[in-house]
Amino acid sequence: MLGYLIRRILAAIPVMGVVALFVFLLLRLTPGDPAAIIAGDSATPEQLDRIRTQLGLNEPLYTQFFSWVWRLLHGDLGTSLISNVPVLQMVSQRIEPSLSVALSVMLLSILVAVPLGIIAAWKHGTWIDRFVMALSVIGFSVPVFVIGYVLIQIFAIELRWVPVQGFRSIFRGFGPFFERIILPTCALSFIYVALIARMTRAAMLDVLGEDYVRTARAKGINESGVLLRHALRNAAVPVITVIGTGFALLISGVVVTESVFNLPGVGRLTVDAVLARDFPVIQAMILLTSGVYVTINLVIDLAYALLDPRIRY
Amino acid sequence: MAIDSLPNAVLPTRSGPSLGFLTATPIIAIATICLTLVILSAIFAPWLSSHDPQLLVPALRLKPASSEYLLGTDAYGRDVLARILYGGRISLLIGLGAAVTSISIGLFIGLVSGFFKWVDAIMMRVMDGLMAMPSVLLAIAVVSLSGASLTTVLIAITIPEIPRVARLVRSVVLSAREEPYVEAAISLGTSMPKIMWKHLMPNTVAPLIVQGTYVAASAILTEAILSFLGAGISPETPTWGNIMAEGRAFFQIKPSLIFWPGLLLSIAILSVNLIGDAARDALDPRMKQREAGK
Amino acid sequence: MSDAVNSNINRTDVNTRPMVLEIDNLVVGVGKTGAGKKIIDGISLQVRQGETVCVVGESGSGKSVTSLSTMGLLPKDSLKAIGGSIKLVGEDVLKASDRRLRQLRATTMAMIFQEPMTALNPVVHVGKQIDEVLRTHTSLGASARRARILEMMEQVRLPDVKRIFASYPHRLSGGQRQRIMIAMALVLEPKLLIADEPTTALDVTTQKQILTLIRDLQKDHGTAVLFITHDMGVVADIADRVAVMRQGRLVETGTLQNILRAPTMDYTRNLLSAVPSLVPRPPRVEAGFNPVVLEANELGKVYRERSFFGKPREVHAAQDVTLTLRKGRTLGIVGESGSGKSTVARCIVRLIDPTSGGIRLAGREISDLSRHTLQPHRKKIQIVFQDPYRSLNPRITIGESIAEGPINYGAKRSVAMARARELLELVDLPADAVSRYPHQFSGGQRQRIAIARALALEPEVLVADEAVSALDVSVQAQVLRLLDDIQTRLGIAILFITHDLRVAAQICDDVAVMQHGRVVEQGPAAEVLANPQQAYTRQLLDAAPGRGWDFANFRAVDGSTTVPAA
Repeated sequence: MLGYLIRRILAAIPVMGVVALFVFLLLRLTPGDPAAIIAGDSATPEQLDRIRTQLGLNEPLYTQFFSWVWRLLHGDLGTSLISNVPVLQMVSQRIEPSLSVALSVMLLSILVAVPLGIIAAWKHGTWIDRFVMALSVIGFSVPVFVIGYVLIQIFAIELRWVPVQGFRSIFRGFGPFFERIILPTCALSFIYVALIARMTRAAMLDVLGEDYVRTARAKGINESGVLLRHALRNAAVPVITVIGTGFALLISGVVVTESVFNLPGVGRLTVDAVLARDFPVIQAMILLTSGVYVTINLVIDLAYALLDPRIRY
Repeated sequence: MAIDSLPNAVLPTRSGPSLGFLTATPIIAIATICLTLVILSAIFAPWLSSHDPQLLVPALRLKPASSEYLLGTDAYGRDVLARILYGGRISLLIGLGAAVTSISIGLFIGLVSGFFKWVDAIMMRVMDGLMAMPSVLLAIAVVSLSGASLTTVLIAITIPEIPRVARLVRSVVLSAREEPYVEAAISLGTSMPKIMWKHLMPNTVAPLIVQGTYVAASAILTEAILSFLGAGISPETPTWGNIMAEGRAFFQIKPSLIFWPGLLLSIAILSVNLIGDAARDALDPRMKQREAGK
Repeated sequence: MSDAVNSNINRTDVNTRPMVLEIDNLVVGVGKTGAGKKIIDGISLQVRQGETVCVVGESGSGKSVTSLSTMGLLPKDSLKAIGGSIKLVGEDVLKASDRRLRQLRATTMAMIFQEPMTALNPVVHVGKQIDEVLRTHTSLGASARRARILEMMEQVRLPDVKRIFASYPHRLSGGQRQRIMIAMALVLEPKLLIADEPTTALDVTTQKQILTLIRDLQKDHGTAVLFITHDMGVVADIADRVAVMRQGRLVETGTLQNILRAPTMDYTRNLLSAVPSLVPRPPRVEAGFNPVVLEANELGKVYRERSFFGKPREVHAAQDVTLTLRKGRTLGIVGESGSGKSTVARCIVRLIDPTSGGIRLAGREISDLSRHTLQPHRKKIQIVFQDPYRSLNPRITIGESIAEGPINYGAKRSVAMARARELLELVDLPADAVSRYPHQFSGGQRQRIAIARALALEPEVLVADEAVSALDVSVQAQVLRLLDDIQTRLGIAILFITHDLRVAAQICDDVAVMQHGRVVEQGPAAEVLANPQQAYTRQLLDAAPGRGWDFANFRAVDGSTTVPAA
C-alpha cells in the first residue's frame, strides 16, 4: 500500500515537469520576439527592455528555465506585467467565486448523475434508459454559454426569480450567495452530469454482466442488494476516474461560466490576462490548474486502493 | 467449455463497415439530415443569402427580423443570417481539420508507443502532461501568443485532442499485440512494419472513426468558446462564437443574437455526437453484444 | 474408483426416494419472448433426493441453459422458457414470481459455476459473501451466523478458516474459491445443488478433491445433485444416472452403467468412442535411426518482478529443462497450469527469450540469435495455439493467412496461394476456403487452418501448445488423427504441450512431465504413463477422472470385476 502510494506520487512529478516545460516553451518557441509579442505592436524600445529584464529573456534558455523552476519551487509564481501584483495574491483574491462554482457543480452532478446512471443500466433498453442517454448526449452537445443564456433568459429575465449576473460572497449571507450561484451551477452541471451518468451506466452494464452478479442473484438477494452492494462498488472505479479526468473539463467550463454570469473569479482573471497578454499570469494559471488536476487525480488513484483490494500490493 | 462463451462471428467482412448505421434509428436519421443541412448551408452560403456578412451598415444597427434581413441585423448593421451561414463554414472546417490532424498525429504516436517500450515511457508522460492542462486555457494561451488566425486556432484546438487519440491507439495496439494471431505472424517471420500495417492497424480503424467524430464535436465547441471569450479568430470574421460574443453586450435588448447561432451550434454538435454514438454501436461488436443482452 | 463403487451401493432404493427436481418437456427460445430459435427443445429430466444426475454434452447442447432455467437465471432479454414445467419439490419454478424465486434460491436450490476466479465479488471478503446468504434468508444473529459460516467452511475442508473468512477472493487459489462457492451454496442445506462444470477450470488434482468433496457433502446432507459436464471421465466418477444432450434435445438417459457399457444411441456411442484412453498406445517402431531435430539444453526462463522496496522477486517459470526430439516423433510435455510447459514451448519458438540454456534447431544453436539473424531459422519451427478463435486474424482471408509465411520467405504470391489450396486439402478442408474469412468456420476447422498455416513453411518441428484443449472431444479426436496422419506423411517432428494425460497417452512417443518449472520425469510414453516412477506423475495419473474406464470399448479397465453391474 505504501509502495503504491509512493509510486503514484513519484509518477505525478514527471507529469508536472512536462507541464512546466510546455508552459515555459510556449512563449519562447512562438515565432518572433517574445517581448514584442507580449508588449504588442505599439511598444517603445524602453517597454520592450523592461519586459525582457522582468522575464529574464536576455539570459540563455536553460538558465531562464532553471531559475524560473527554482522560483516556482519557492512559491513564487511570478508578477503581473500589467498591475505589478504577485500572481498568487491576485489568485487568492479571486478564488472564491471559482471555487464555489466548481465545488457546487461537482456536488450537484454526482448527486444527480450517479443515480441516473444506475437506473439507466438497471432498466437497460427501456424508455428510462433512452431518456437518460438522450439527456446525456444533449448535455454533451449544448455549450455551457448557450445553456447559461437560456437559463438567464428564463429565470432571471422572464421570471425574475434570481439576479441576472454577479457574485456575492458566502460570508455576507447564504441567501444572496445562493441566488447568484444557482444558475451558473446548473448551467455548468449539464455537461458534467452527462459525462458521469454515461460512465456510470456503462460501468454498471459491464459489471452487471459479470459472473459474481449472477452468483449474487443465485443467492436469492433482491435487486437493490445486487445493484448497490455488488454492482455499484465494482463500478465505482471507472466512475471515479471519469470524475477526475472530467475535472479538466470543469476548469474550462468555469472559465466560460464566469464570463457568462459575470463572476469575478480566476477564470475571468485568466481571460483578461490572455487578452492583455499578461504572460506571467497566463503561465501561472495553466500551471496552477494543472497542479490541481494532477493532485485530484492523485487522490483518486489513492481512492482506487481503498475501493479495490486487488490494487493493494 | 471455453468455446461456449465466445461470441460467434466477430468482424467486418470484405466490404468493411457500411454506412447503414446512419439511418439505424429515427433519431440518428434526423441527426444525419440535420448535419447534412448544416454542411450544405455552409457550402452554399453565398447563394442562400444575398448580403455580405462583413458589410457594415451603421444606419441599420440592431434591426429586428424583416423580409430583407430574415434574422435582423447586429450592432454594426450586418445581416445576422448571412453571418450565421458563413459562420458554419469556420466551425465545420475546424471540426474536420481538428479530427483529421489529431487522428493522424495521435495514430502515429500511439502506434509507436504501443510498440517500443522506451518511446512509450517518454511519450505517455508527455501525453499525461498535455492532458493535465485544461484544453480551453491551453488553447487561448496558444492563440493569444501566436496571433489569431484560422491556422493557429486549429493548432490550439488540436493539441489537447492528440493525447486522447494516442492513448486510444496505444491501448488497442497493446491488447492486439497479445492476440495469438499476432504471435503466429511473428513466428511466420513477418517483419515488424508489416505486422503493424496488416495485423495491428486495422484494429484501430473502428475506434478511430468513432473518436474522430467526438474530436470534431469537441473542436467545434472549443472554437466557439475561444471566439466567445474573445480569444479566437478575429471578431470581424463571422463565426458562431464571434456572433454570440458580440451579442453578449446586447443580450437584454436582442437575445436572438445569441440564441440563433447557439441553436445552430448545438444542433451541429448534437448531430455529430449522435452519429458518433451510432458509429460506435455499429462498429464495436462488444457494444452490440451488450445491446443484445449478452 | 472407490467413489464410483460407493455411489452405487444404494442403487436399489434410489427409485423410491422423493423426487426433488422434475423437468418436463422444457422448451427455451431465443429472444425476449422466446419466439426465436429453440435452443432447448423438449427436455425432460428427474433428480431424486441423494442422487447425482450428470447432464453431458458438447458445446451448444444446451446443458447450461437447462440449469439456468431451473434457477430462473436466464438472461431476461435474450432467452425465455416458453413451454413445459420445472418442478422443484412439486412447485413449478417457471410459474413462480420473482419474489418466490428469490426465496427458493439458496434455501431449496443452489448453484455453483464453472469459473471460480470470476464467480466471487472481488471487493468483498469471502466470509461476508457467505454471510449474505444467511442474512437474506434467516433471522440468525451475527455471532450465530459467523459460527455457522466457519463450521461450513470447515466442512468444505478449507484450512485456517478464520483467516480465509476475512480474505478477499484474489488471495485464494482457484480450488479454495470453488470451496467457498460450495460452502455458500450448501450453507442452508438446499435440497438441490446444480453444479455447472464446476471443475472444468481447475487442474486435475484440484478437480479430484472438489469432486470428492461434493460427493461427501451430498452423502451427509442427502442433497440431489444436477451436474453439468462435458467430461466423460468426471461423469464416470460421480454420476448415478446420466442424461446425454445434443443440440437442445435429450439423446438418451440411463444409469451410469447402462450408458457407459451399453449405450443405445449412435451419438452416445460416438461420444464415448472419441474419449482417448489413458492406457498409452503401443510404442511406434522407429524406422532406422532418425536424426535429432530439436534439442533444449538446461533451458531456463526467469521473470523478475520489480518491487519498490527490497530486492526484485524472481519467478522461475522454467528451470533446467532438457529435451530431445527426433524427426518423425512426438514429444509431449504434460503438466498442470503454472508448471511452465507453455513457457518452454514459447521459448523454443522464440516468442519469448530464454534467460539461460540453449536451443538447437536442426543442428543450429538459436537461443542467442538476434531477431534479425533468427529470421532464416524461424521457418523451421512453427506453432499452433490453443484458442482457435483468436489465432487467425479475423480481417484477412484464410488464403492470405496461410500464404503469409511463404511470402515472407520470398515465395511468389501466386505460388503461395496455390500452395495454400493444397494445404487446405491436406487438412481436409475444401480448397476454395482460401477466399473465406475465419468467422465462417467452426473451432475445429479453424484449428485445421492454423495447422495448415504452420505447415506452409514446411517446418521440421511443429509445436502444438494445447492445440486441442479448447475443442469438443469428438472434434479433438479428428484433429489428433489429422496430426498423426500428417506426421506419417511428412515425417515432421511434433512437440505437443498438453494438460490432458489422455491425449498425451494417445499421441506421444515420449513424454516429459513438468511441475514448478522443472521436468520431473521423462521417457517413452508407454513407460512413464503406464508405470510412473515419480510420486508427482503417479499423483497426476491417479487424479485423472474416469481412470477406471476404457470408454471407447464400453468397458471398465482390466475387465469388469471391480465395478458391479447395474
